[in-house]
Amino acid sequence: MPRTLSRREFLKLGTVGTLGIAGTAALRQNPAAIAPPSDASMPGMDDGMHGMEGSNITTGEVDTSRFDPMKYLTDFDYGKTSTLPNGRTLREWDVFAGDKEIEVAPGIFFPAWTYNGQVPGPTFRCTEGDRLRFNFLNASAHPHTIHFHGIHPPAMDGITPNIPPGGRFTYEFDAQPFGLHLYHCHTMPLKRHIHKGLYGTFIIDPPQGRQPAKEMVMMMNGFDTNFDGENEIYAVNTVAFHYAKHPIQVKVGELIRVYLVNITEFDPINSLHLHAGMYKLFRTGTRLDYYEYTDNVIMGQGERHVLEFTLEYPGLHMFHAHQSELAELGWMGMFEAKS
Amino acid sequence: MDTPEPISAGRDAPPAGRDAPAERLYKNNPPLWLSALIPFVLLAALVAIFFFTNPLAIFKTGGLPPVESLSFERVELLPGQFIVTVFNGSPDALTIAQVTVDDAFWEWEIAPAAELSRFGRATITIHYDWVQGEPHAITLFTASGTPFTHDIAIAAETPRPGLTQFIAYGLLGIYIGLIPVGLGLLWFPAMRRMGRKGLNFLLALTVGLLVFLLIDTALEAMEVAGGVAGVFQGLPLAMFAALLSWLAIMAVSGKQAEAERDSSGGRLRIAALIALGIGLHNLGEGLAVGAAFALGEAALGSFLVIGFTLHNVTEGIGIAAPVTKDRPSLKSFIALAALAGLPAVLGAWVGGFAYSPLLATIFLGVGVGAIWQVIVEVGRLLIRDAEREGLPVVSWLNVGGLLTGIAVMYMTAFLVK
Repeated sequence: MPRTLSRREFLKLGTVGTLGIAGTAALRQNPAAIAPPSDASMPGMDDGMHGMEGSNITTGEVDTSRFDPMKYLTDFDYGKTSTLPNGRTLREWDVFAGDKEIEVAPGIFFPAWTYNGQVPGPTFRCTEGDRLRFNFLNASAHPHTIHFHGIHPPAMDGITPNIPPGGRFTYEFDAQPFGLHLYHCHTMPLKRHIHKGLYGTFIIDPPQGRQPAKEMVMMMNGFDTNFDGENEIYAVNTVAFHYAKHPIQVKVGELIRVYLVNITEFDPINSLHLHAGMYKLFRTGTRLDYYEYTDNVIMGQGERHVLEFTLEYPGLHMFHAHQSELAELGWMGMFEAKS
Repeated sequence: MDTPEPISAGRDAPPAGRDAPAERLYKNNPPLWLSALIPFVLLAALVAIFFFTNPLAIFKTGGLPPVESLSFERVELLPGQFIVTVFNGSPDALTIAQVTVDDAFWEWEIAPAAELSRFGRATITIHYDWVQGEPHAITLFTASGTPFTHDIAIAAETPRPGLTQFIAYGLLGIYIGLIPVGLGLLWFPAMRRMGRKGLNFLLALTVGLLVFLLIDTALEAMEVAGGVAGVFQGLPLAMFAALLSWLAIMAVSGKQAEAERDSSGGRLRIAALIALGIGLHNLGEGLAVGAAFALGEAALGSFLVIGFTLHNVTEGIGIAAPVTKDRPSLKSFIALAALAGLPAVLGAWVGGFAYSPLLATIFLGVGVGAIWQVIVEVGRLLIRDAEREGLPVVSWLNVGGLLTGIAVMYMTAFLVK
């Protein structure tokens, strides 16, 4: 067990790790019976550290055939590439907006608006200087756009025209500057168009590339399931507690790079705190020298950073918003480092 | 027999030539059973058409969101766990998908199933290290992400039925019901020495305190009715209970001949009616106090009990007021005190061990109807007295008594609000 962990953190790890991962699924197999307290606390009793209290975790599993947060994590979409007469690379994507019910926590369904049928939308990835072309079709029942962050002509900015249902538009511009950007719908009312799910990550790699690493995308998002202007559920990559129930597998000592984007609506800030480790923080990913060495970063809406780190010890490393409320409502996960 | 001739003739044989088509319609009357059955058959056919073809589908153009209604029937706090019983009062089945406690997703178990059919119930167990004396909030999320929240104002362990608890809650009822009413009745000897004016003042005072209790009980009924699952229509239920109890008491007291009313037996009967009305009110108070203790709001504890005791002493005066001219037996007094005071014991038990908003609404509704009729009865005593003496009913004396009654109840209510 890592020496740097406090007793409280150890308890959390024990509770969530053991009970959450091993216990919950088994416990939920037979929901028909109320287990007596002794039975219910069995999974947690294994380490002898806590008594009858249950765990801060969702109960059950989402249907990953609809959307698999584990797959999304490393799913980079480089588009259809071709070479232009001037020798530059052209990347082309077909993007459609559509209405779809998504599962944001086991058994809780949210009437989302999506890009390509998923929330977050696909992670578009390219290299600085590429020519980018997004063939957008609005297959939703409402008007939408795609607004990209970065540098491009205002006509390609995704404010106007507003694409009506059934309408098409081609966004075409040069990839610049390199860094970690995002895209989202910019149709008014913006709050609704964003929190309903129309957003995704947009990565422009530096021409010289970055150091090889195990890379993953984390979009911090939230869902206002009863549309009262407050989120009921928080997550990275949509599904509450998914990476707590299914820890992200990494190797001890391997370089890990997280593309972290905050698209949480309604709450002014969000954050990522890493347990038992520290990361190099590249603000907006637009420079190759790191800004700070830390284990916690506070981010406003639309802010995004590249995090680089290695885990030094084997075992479960928790990560979560350091806004406890957000963590307890779903934004908490685990890295499992193996040597 | 005494029906006027033309009408009876008209029924059997209408004048020829008038309403001929109607006459044809009625000529071949089907048998009674058939004519009674036809509307039922057509109704069944209509229901079948709706059920199988759903002609209302035309309204569901955009996939209407489900209307969900989930009520918390009972929330028990045991060491390290909550046991929550919920009722699905929505038009369709609903599924409980997740549970949060104090805005944190928490593990839970449910029996018999997470899907509740319409009018279905389920019991959810949540293992949670709740904190004595602090508020907690339990939220259930349905599959649509709709949250339903129950607030625990002050957490305390729910009493489990047992002999000690049974006695404790019984004593609670005795403190707030039987003892104050009994103490109030002890003023009887003093009341007997008062003159006509003094007695009228006391009767008017009784009306005043009953008016206060009427409003208080009605408001309590409305509040409790709000917690009843929508499908049971809490507020109308309270009103019907009031209507029914009023009619029932009127029917019982209406049997008395007018002359008998002014006899000592008649007056004792009015005292008994007052005791009954007050008893029903005290039942409501017992429910409230019992439930408050059970829900852990006993932090107000002894203050609440002393408050109710002082508040209810006046009720004894009200019960004794109609019989001051007579010499009721000790047995009668004990019976009156029991009738007015003991329901508080029953209320405390029900409130403590098996509180149900539905039951409470009915009890309180019955109380409203009873108290109303008691006001009418006592008012009648005052009116008759005024007529006998040739004085106006709305005299300064009577108005003063009425206002004093209301004021005393209003002021002592400060102790329990």
